Amino acid sequence: MTAATVEKPKRLTVHWGRWLPAYGVYVALAALVLVNAVITDNFLAWENLRIQLVQVAPVVIVALGMAVVIGTEGVDLSVGAVMALAAAVVPIYLGYGAVPAVAMALLGGVVVGLVNGGLIAGVGLQPIVATLALLVAGRGIALVISDGKLKEIRNADLVAFGNGELLGLPYSVWLAGALTVLVALLVRKTVFGRQLVAVGGNRPAAQLAGLPVRRVLIGVYVLSAVLASIAGVLAVARIQSSDASQVGQLYELSAITAVVVGGTPLTGGKVRVLGTVAGALLMQLVVATLIKHDLRSSIAEMVQAVIIVAAVYAARERGTR
Amino acid sequence: MLEAIDVSKTFPGVRALDSVSLSVRPGEVHALVGENGAGKSTLIKVLTGVYRPDAGELRLAGERVRFATPQEAQRAGISTIYQEVNLVPLMSVARNLFLGREPRRRGLIDTVTMNRVAAETLRGYGITGDVRRPLGQLALGAQQMVALARAVMVDARVVIMDEPTSSLEPREVETLFGVIDDLRGKGIGIVYVSHRLDELYRICDHVTVLRDGRRVHSGPMQELPRLKLVALMIGRDVETVRSEGVTGFSEESQVADSTPVLKATGLRSRHKLHGVDVAVRPGEVVGLGGLLGAGRTETVRAIAGALPLDEGTVEVAGRPVRGSTGAAVKAGIAALPEDRKAEGIVPGLSVRENIALAVLPRMSRAGIVSEKRIDEIVTRFMERLRIKAAGPDQPVGELSGGNQQKVLLARLLATSPKVLLLDEPTRGIDVGAKAEVQSLVDELAGQGLGVVLVSSDAEELVEGADRVVVLRDGTVVAELTGDAVTADGLLGAIAAAAEKEVEK
Repeated sequence: MTAATVEKPKRLTVHWGRWLPAYGVYVALAALVLVNAVITDNFLAWENLRIQLVQVAPVVIVALGMAVVIGTEGVDLSVGAVMALAAAVVPIYLGYGAVPAVAMALLGGVVVGLVNGGLIAGVGLQPIVATLALLVAGRGIALVISDGKLKEIRNADLVAFGNGELLGLPYSVWLAGALTVLVALLVRKTVFGRQLVAVGGNRPAAQLAGLPVRRVLIGVYVLSAVLASIAGVLAVARIQSSDASQVGQLYELSAITAVVVGGTPLTGGKVRVLGTVAGALLMQLVVATLIKHDLRSSIAEMVQAVIIVAAVYAARERGTR
Repeated sequence: MLEAIDVSKTFPGVRALDSVSLSVRPGEVHALVGENGAGKSTLIKVLTGVYRPDAGELRLAGERVRFATPQEAQRAGISTIYQEVNLVPLMSVARNLFLGREPRRRGLIDTVTMNRVAAETLRGYGITGDVRRPLGQLALGAQQMVALARAVMVDARVVIMDEPTSSLEPREVETLFGVIDDLRGKGIGIVYVSHRLDELYRICDHVTVLRDGRRVHSGPMQELPRLKLVALMIGRDVETVRSEGVTGFSEESQVADSTPVLKATGLRSRHKLHGVDVAVRPGEVVGLGGLLGAGRTETVRAIAGALPLDEGTVEVAGRPVRGSTGAAVKAGIAALPEDRKAEGIVPGLSVRENIALAVLPRMSRAGIVSEKRIDEIVTRFMERLRIKAAGPDQPVGELSGGNQQKVLLARLLATSPKVLLLDEPTRGIDVGAKAEVQSLVDELAGQGLGVVLVSSDAEELVEGADRVVVLRDGTVVAELTGDAVTADGLLGAIAAAAEKEVEK
């Protein structure tokens, strides 16, 4: 009943405490853009913005799935490995054409998602352990499938998918945008979306209210893995080669960062889809800004760390404890 | 000793405290009572430094004090015992008792001294077990005693107890009262918050009643008749309370000998249930009686599909229900959990989302949720159950206990259930909400629902139930029907069951 039990004093921060995690990322993003507009040459040039968007698109796609998983109080560490798996699968089936190859890659994602979901919802493993297993195994399998070799991609359809443009923006950017809208609608408007935040907010309560908790959890991990597969295919199509040892490296960390910076609490029960996109953009621009001003990448990493800590700190103030 | 003078506190949209005064003298047990939302919790938080008052002042031993943080209040000698135990379950009992001020020798914790002193201290609180065991292995009541011992050890001048008996068993309550008497003798002032009137009259010297953020009464406990106290708390006059009764249950309804809407047969689950049969007819309220650990909660959970069964069947209106919560809800079973926070509310979600939680599939087409239909049921149930919230979008975690309970009931009713399972429906909620919940149960039974009621409050159980099934060690030991459904009858049945056990 002493220090350990102390409740957070609620001062004037009550208002801020809600506002900051919800909208802080947008303010930070706007501020960064404004600062760059002044201090960085050609920052607002279309070419630069385009590059930034192209680079951030796969992170956004993976982070959308991650946000949904984190909304159920879970985490999916296997996304990078799933990207590699998709990258390894694509060249094998490319002989049948681009569509079957992509379909097989996505199917691979579904399988990994089912395994993740099964381990977590069925066996009852903790998400961090289950998906860690798939992180290790997934990339291993990808390397076995691809024989550890880099394969060039010459399929015209796939290359066009990775590099084609519509109205001045690459398909990948449009795809990321479309998936964002879809996931946002999924979370806000569908039964599945409403149920998944309830599962994250209080799992025993959701269980007792008769929600299909297992099905929701499995669905969430399948969604995450499929989105990661899409990102993996996109990566292959863009660089026109498949290297299972490189594709998707450390994407799980970028995705988690985007979600957390975007204001989704790791404790579950809330998913901020647009915040996640803003979080991914913010981290992308921070790195780009520092690189453009000739700062070493090690400094960029430290700045990223500071932003993550700040985001988690802001999120901590939220809520009614 | 501790005085609050004309304290006011406003939250956005709510005036939680409106110049409230409270004066606790040394050696006095001061009851602080009021409905949920009356301002009790806010006042306690002001006294303990969690909130700072917008107006008014605090005085400790005559001197004006301001607490910036709860730690400052503690250092000044104000200790608080909360409803939930806030200690470290995996650390030993002794470590918990001394957490943060362990006796030291050469910079290391002096475990020998610590364990010895802890064992001595705790004996005074009726805890005799090994103090080196992890705290989590103790019963909840014993954990609370450790918390109390800890609070008192910190040279407390004032101890604030917020519903200290809500998770204690009768024997432990006696021990607690003994400790309170000791504290009183030492000149420590005690603020005692409880919804159990019997306790208040037994232990308290003085009472302050809050309603809607205002002080409506303050005076010696014994001079305030029980009926008047209830009337003050809920803001109704004494005559209404007398005619409607204190518990809000009306007289038993006569249930026709119709076929049971719920029939549970031979429920078995290892170590918990050893063959329990319960049948409930439409319009009937069946109480489950028995002591703590007799299998009441387990029975309810088994029927709700939340406890895996080794054997036994559950039928609703003649149809068997597969053993999962989803199937149970679909079959028309709605369960109110014993632990509202752990298994009931989703605190971060709004009132609206919480009410609609179980019926989302029904409120949707092709997987897309219909906001309009949700709004309809939410509005309907918020009005019907008189849920007090800033609006449907307020997070449930911010509501008072009684209103959280009403939100849960709304969630259950939204599923149009045939059977209601209510496990301690009025635990930790104030008198007003209690009466409302109780009369609602009556009303629902009147509409033909079958209700299973679990309550540790014997009065509530016998007044609410038409029939009481008495459990012990996971089996049915007696059943009270008709005129036998009285508090005495219930206690008699439990006592007889216990004696049989001794004879064996």
